[in-house]
Amino acid sequence: MRYTLLLHYPEGDAESLGEEALAEGQRAFAAYADALHSAGVLLAAEVLQPSSMTTTVTAVDGTLRVQDGPFADTKEQLGGTFVIDVPDLDAALHWAGQAPSVQWGVVEIRPGATHTVDGRWVPNT
Amino acid sequence: MGAEHLSPSDAAEHVARTSYGRLLARLAASTGDVALAEDALAGALEEALRRWPARGVPDNPEGWILTVARNRQRDVWKSAAHRTGRPLEHAGDPRTDAAGPADLDLEAIGDKRLELLLVCAHPAIDPAVRSPLMLQTVLGLEAVDVARLFAVPTATMAQRLVRAKKRIRANRVPFVVPDRSVLAERLPAVLEAVYGCAAAGAREDDLAGEAQYLAVTLAALLEDEPEAWGLAALTTLALSRSRPRDAAYVPLDEQDPSTWDADLAAEGEAYLRRAASDGPPGRFVLEAAISAVHADRRRTAITDWLALRTLYEALLLVSPTLGARVAHAGVVGRLEDPAAGLALLDGIGESDFQPWHAVRAELLTRAGRTQDAAPALLRAAALSDNPRVTTYLLGRVSPSRG
Repeated sequence: MRYTLLLHYPEGDAESLGEEALAEGQRAFAAYADALHSAGVLLAAEVLQPSSMTTTVTAVDGTLRVQDGPFADTKEQLGGTFVIDVPDLDAALHWAGQAPSVQWGVVEIRPGATHTVDGRWVPNT
Repeated sequence: MGAEHLSPSDAAEHVARTSYGRLLARLAASTGDVALAEDALAGALEEALRRWPARGVPDNPEGWILTVARNRQRDVWKSAAHRTGRPLEHAGDPRTDAAGPADLDLEAIGDKRLELLLVCAHPAIDPAVRSPLMLQTVLGLEAVDVARLFAVPTATMAQRLVRAKKRIRANRVPFVVPDRSVLAERLPAVLEAVYGCAAAGAREDDLAGEAQYLAVTLAALLEDEPEAWGLAALTTLALSRSRPRDAAYVPLDEQDPSTWDADLAAEGEAYLRRAASDGPPGRFVLEAAISAVHADRRRTAITDWLALRTLYEALLLVSPTLGARVAHAGVVGRLEDPAAGLALLDGIGESDFQPWHAVRAELLTRAGRTQDAAPALLRAAALSDNPRVTTYLLGRVSPSRG
């Protein structure tokens, strides 16, 4: 069963956090990825650039519009994702609780519906 | 189980009443799909009612129902797989959950109700829907009855229950008893949800027994968990004092003990003895002990206010809820003098909490301050959600108005 962990937290950079805090965060995320990998549950992980770097595209009004910045301007932004494959929600909860960013944000656990294998959709099992 | 001496329709109903939760827990655990298990079980019970009158009641009625329900579950699974051309989105494949003869002995395959109770009170499930979910899945209550218990429109309750079951399935909440440390973390939520059933049941006399059954079942499944036995004792003692639907309200310490159910009271006391442990008593054990002090009046004819004060003081240490603080003030007012209790109430502070006004009215009346008691009685009557309590409180106002 695949779950995607969506990490939301207030954004910070080296300037606002301090070099030391940033380095410590990176070390914590390195250890976290290592633990997921060693347990054989990590499928993919990505930490995103700040939301100020994002570009949004929508055509809900009928015409394609491109916008500078995120869709919603909230304090907490999506900062990274981890896709894990574990037996059940309790296991997913266990790993989500180990994410370093639970200390300064929230981790959303979303069960997968379908995902692609070689470009074809396959149901989550 | 005794079903073999019954007529076919009575036998089917007997299985439904006594085994519903065990059968449903077993069926749902194999697929993670509570709604599918409910449909399969309902269908199997219907089939029993249809076929047993002609063919006779089978030797193992529960096993028969389980087999039929499993086949129905499997049929739905097959048609879903056929329709979508892909497997069901669960690991639990009912095809592999085959029913061999030994498998049909419910005692041998083990009771999965504890797993089901843990699923209902799982941290991923909204606390407000945990008690309703237990009543529906473990006891087989209809959504309309669950809605009535929680004073919510039927459609709203049905929607909440459906959503919760979808979440259990989609998130694959596991049907397992977790290891000791996780179980210890999750048990308070399970007890709280069963307590929520009891609190709701207390408002509807005909369903009060259901919550008591749930509490006793949980305690028996956990075997030696003191708080679970405390909750079983608490709900059983409360049930021993339940009054007919049309009876007027009488405060606990003024009730005639001969009207209580002596067997249930003794059963509650026995559960409380099972709750004894080396550690400090928890919230439910203390609440049950408080209830047992009241029950003891059927032997002693007097209310032991001193024992009650001691127990409430202990309760305030482990669970200082508003209800416990107000009840403690009431006991102090009766044991020492009304002024002492009123001072404690002042310390708590006024709010819309009905018992605060009810206890205050009682203590003011006992202090002879009937002028002050009248508005407190009116306020308590207005805040009560029980019409019989309102009638009682209003009845206490009129004499002083004369």
